Amino acid sequence: MEKRQIKGFVANLNPKKRRNLLLSSISITALLLFLYFSNEGILMGSYGVRVLNLCAVYAVLTLSMNLINGFTGQFSLGTAGFMAVGAYTTALLILPVEIKEKIFYLEPMVPWLKDVHWAGNLGFLGALLTAGVLTAFIAFLIGFPVLRLKGDYLAIATLGFSEIIRVIFTNMQNLTNGSTGIKSIPPIANMWWTFGVMAFFTIFMVRLMKTSYGRAFKSIRDDEVAAESMGISLFRHKMLSFVLSGFIAGVGGGLMASVVGAITPIFFRFILTYDILLIVVLGGMGSITGSIVGAFLITIAKEWLRWLDGGFSLGFVRIPAIAGMRMVVFSVLLMLVILFYRRGLFGGREFSFDWLINSLSALPKRVFSLFKKGGAAK
Amino acid sequence: MALFWQNIANGLTIGSLYALVAIGYTMVYGILRLINFAHGDIFMMAMYFSFFAITVFYIPWYIAILLVLVATVLLGVLIEKAAYAPIRSAPRISLLISSIGVSYLLENLATVVFTGVPRQFPKIGTLQDNIVIGGINIQQLSFVTPVLMLLLVLALMVLVDKTKAGMAMRAVSKDFETAKLMGVNINRTIATTFAVGSLLAAVGAIMWGQKYPQIQPYVGVMPGLKCFIAAVIGGIGNIRGAVVGGLVLGMMEIMIVYIVPTLSGYKDAFAFIALILILLFLPTGLFGEKITDKV
Repeated sequence: MEKRQIKGFVANLNPKKRRNLLLSSISITALLLFLYFSNEGILMGSYGVRVLNLCAVYAVLTLSMNLINGFTGQFSLGTAGFMAVGAYTTALLILPVEIKEKIFYLEPMVPWLKDVHWAGNLGFLGALLTAGVLTAFIAFLIGFPVLRLKGDYLAIATLGFSEIIRVIFTNMQNLTNGSTGIKSIPPIANMWWTFGVMAFFTIFMVRLMKTSYGRAFKSIRDDEVAAESMGISLFRHKMLSFVLSGFIAGVGGGLMASVVGAITPIFFRFILTYDILLIVVLGGMGSITGSIVGAFLITIAKEWLRWLDGGFSLGFVRIPAIAGMRMVVFSVLLMLVILFYRRGLFGGREFSFDWLINSLSALPKRVFSLFKKGGAAK
Repeated sequence: MALFWQNIANGLTIGSLYALVAIGYTMVYGILRLINFAHGDIFMMAMYFSFFAITVFYIPWYIAILLVLVATVLLGVLIEKAAYAPIRSAPRISLLISSIGVSYLLENLATVVFTGVPRQFPKIGTLQDNIVIGGINIQQLSFVTPVLMLLLVLALMVLVDKTKAGMAMRAVSKDFETAKLMGVNINRTIATTFAVGSLLAAVGAIMWGQKYPQIQPYVGVMPGLKCFIAAVIGGIGNIRGAVVGGLVLGMMEIMIVYIVPTLSGYKDAFAFIALILILLFLPTGLFGEKITDKV
């Protein structure tokens, strides 16, 4: 009975939709197989897995920043602070009791958290959810004062709160272990976790943007005054977007803690926010696809360009090994994108199979026209 | 009581330094409506310039300071020409992202060129030595900095209020389009603004180096953010306001820690709390003009 219903559903689709459904299923299956083989260590070593994990975590964080900056047009620079809340919450919940005792040697840990250990995958899920909810709550509290501000004032106020969170974490020795940070965080976040969370938030964002809330966010971005005169409550929608963005950043931070294994307050400096902003701008403000593609491109390129730090030869001159060379390359890249290609890779558009096939089938024509005399101009 | 006066002197010194850097923020904001995130990094570069001129190349400090001032001004103007001028007509948020990009670039560049190893800022004259007045030890710096700051601000006031270039600056900050129509050379005026801001930042950086003689690539970030906050407290776009804001912020930071010593770990958070309070209750700052949005 059910099988027939599905068959009927497929048969009723128009050919284009049927084709897209087929292509989607093929790509999802390929992705799942890829995940399975990578995670089992067949396709790549632990280094490759770690890089891909980082890619997925950065994709989650970029989605979080894109929601508030790209889709709602509120320029918030608080991502690093939110991540810190999420990362510390997750780390403290999933850390085994004996490691806690070992790490907190300067000052013993607060009693109500000392014996807490949420073990295993279920514990990790709980920890991530707690991290998300707590971060969302803090975003809610911060949102009350700061979301009354606009533009660059909002940017500086959120950056300020992010730094305040970091200063507080540095000083709460018995809760966060101060500037020494937390190490030996259990590496529960494997590829299923990181890619799973990424897929969840991607689908969530795609669905959200199709609801009235998503449309309201975009209308606020495009013209606040017009949106307000159409009856959209500015403060409520900004707050909703800010809190959701905080939730995603908190979960992303939690994943990050488990992927990198050790966190310190310095890790969550505003530089981290700039790193994510780079991906958002490069991928395209207000594009979900751009966020994902940007996160993977930048993170993989950052790893791939490690040879720049190790020194290299240009044939006639030898560049000595200098740490940080690749970051200069990325800063220059960011500046070039800002100055000459302001819309980024996707510039607010999204990927679809229709677009891919159209541009692929148009490709031979365009290449051909390049060779025809004067054809390129027309 | 000696401790009290020492703290007052300290607050005055820090406040004057904040004021010097805050003027750069406020002038740029007045003209371009842009928070120049790179201003703190211009400050950092000035510190490195002084280090290289004095410690590495053994140039006498009175010549070295001149070279540092020239180099910093050139850097400031270059940043404006390369990163802000091409996108002046773009949405304001693009300009803000561009300034963040410049800041990111300068910090990473400094890490590569100067390495992340902290350097010692060279001593200039006898500024760091103490003098004793009525049993109180006070650094000479604490007398020189406020006086220097006041002299520079007076010179700046003359520039802005009495000269033609200053009139152009005021015109551009009042109304960009109209100033352009009236034949004000926008490019030159904006370049002058950046030059003046960078010059004051360089002076601030040299004096800052006497107070906190450690240089590393991120050294300009916290002073930068705090000086922007000082500019907001005073009322953004207003030069006198930036001076008062800087002094208030510097004094507040030192005195809160003096009165409640347990809060010393949270020192960096005070400025941000002050910023948020100011933005909520007095959005135009102490001396700012009310700006209304036109639809």
